[in-house]
Amino acid sequence: MRRAIEAEPIAARGSGDAMPARERRSAVKPGRMKEWEPLIIGLLTVAVVLTVWQLVANARLMPVLFLPGPWDVAQAFVKLFQQGDVWLDMATSGEELLIGFGMAIVVGLVLGLAMGWYTRVQYALDPIVNFFYSTPRIVLLPLFIIWFGIDIQSKIAVIFLGALFPIIINTMAGVRNTEAALLRVARSFGASDALIFRRVVLPGSVPFILTGFRLGVGHALTGVVVGELIAAKHGVGMLVAIAGQTFQTPKMLAGVMLIAGTGMLLTTIFQRIENRFQTWRPQIRR
Amino acid sequence: MYDRSAKLAAKGVVIEYWLQRSHALFTAVQGVDLEVRTGEFVAIVGPSGCGKTTFLNAVDGLLPIAAGTLTLDGRAITQPGADRAMVFQQPGLLPWRTVLGNVIFGVEAQRTMGRAESIERAKQQIELVGLSGFEDAYPLELSGGMQQRVNLARALLTDPEMLLLDEPFAALDAQTREMMQLELLKIWSKTKKTALFITHDIKEAIYLADRVIVFTRRPGRVKTVVDITLSRPRDLRIKRDPQFLTYEDQIWESIQEELAVPAERLIAGVPAA
Repeated sequence: MRRAIEAEPIAARGSGDAMPARERRSAVKPGRMKEWEPLIIGLLTVAVVLTVWQLVANARLMPVLFLPGPWDVAQAFVKLFQQGDVWLDMATSGEELLIGFGMAIVVGLVLGLAMGWYTRVQYALDPIVNFFYSTPRIVLLPLFIIWFGIDIQSKIAVIFLGALFPIIINTMAGVRNTEAALLRVARSFGASDALIFRRVVLPGSVPFILTGFRLGVGHALTGVVVGELIAAKHGVGMLVAIAGQTFQTPKMLAGVMLIAGTGMLLTTIFQRIENRFQTWRPQIRR
Repeated sequence: MYDRSAKLAAKGVVIEYWLQRSHALFTAVQGVDLEVRTGEFVAIVGPSGCGKTTFLNAVDGLLPIAAGTLTLDGRAITQPGADRAMVFQQPGLLPWRTVLGNVIFGVEAQRTMGRAESIERAKQQIELVGLSGFEDAYPLELSGGMQQRVNLARALLTDPEMLLLDEPFAALDAQTREMMQLELLKIWSKTKKTALFITHDIKEAIYLADRVIVFTRRPGRVKTVVDITLSRPRDLRIKRDPQFLTYEDQIWESIQEELAVPAERLIAGVPAA
């Protein structure tokens, strides 16, 4: 019975006059338990994985060097922060990420919007974008090291190029996907091009743009880590590389956790922003 | 001779499309002559693909005409203007804007009204189309009929001299469509707007209009004009009136002659309506 009530608003879409908005909303409003449900189930999975991992590690079929347990990793993590070098590594990697990804957002948005809005700009830039998008940008790192040295500049360059193209391509797709019906309505009411861009095209592209950002984060982190693996003075990627080369496996995994955590945090932030822009979309719950 | 009582006058209007795919010029409308008088409700019916929507788009100023003259109050129509407003077949609402935000979009685009004033007046329009209490609802939370009410309110808020309606109820279910027709007539009698209504539904055309214009098959021309002298206000029962049925027969026969299309004229890849 409950299930039927919850499914109703979706079925009621389409045609025929619906119930007043207030009743409809209250019909889909989830209980407290339902709100926490995704988090609880997710945490359970994490707990199960950690437990199994710990049990396997405890059996000591392999030495710690080969398979440390989660507890070993946690201890290494704490030690990492006690020693203090990690702060410099984090600051260095963070700076690279912030500058590289920040520049990618600005340049990617501008180029993506321009390529989506003006066909000729797209024609002009398509070969370059396609060239870089189909090349793993990381192969350019040796060149950047020649140009910029092993300081953060070479990493910023590779992060920038890594994140730039997913952002350009998704932003352009967002502009291009503007519904023709909406454009016709706007033209019919005599809207100027500037107004159409600001009030119709841009808001409609937001989900695409944020998807570009989320994909860009992945590429940017790859840039940080791989860049530092190859050549760096400081950085979390370098920390992982050195720990690995010196067989400090728990420390290496602690570094991995740090990187994964950053990635998850950034992705969640963009997901939240995306949700804020999507309040108009009816929630589909089962 | 310019008829002073004519709001909209079309003389020998030809509309052509360039078909990109087949690299051919395609004539949608070939020599349309018609007039719509101030305050009149005119409906255009015709076989599907006859160019009636194309003609309406030209009246709105979205499409250029290739030949003939098309004037509103004696001035040639070359582009969209605040003196006309279109109610579209697909509601075309911005999904991220509420009902209120969508209703003000028309005047916002035309830059004819300040924000505070437009919100104030939009609320009145929302009440007029029967959507009070839904100002803050999003389009995806509304039924098809309610979305079309928003579409109508958006057009009415621009206070046009002429209302253009492009099969606005075609996508609705039968009951909702009848209710919307009734409501449209109520609103029309209150606002006294000149209206040009496109439909393929003969009953709908007769029920709403003072005059029904039948288009030929493509390329469209005016085939017959039927004056509808049914008294107003009309309620839905009038659709079973003997006089109503006579009109329906007459118009249906006129359209039927056009439906017997020779096979070679059914060319694929031609834009609908």
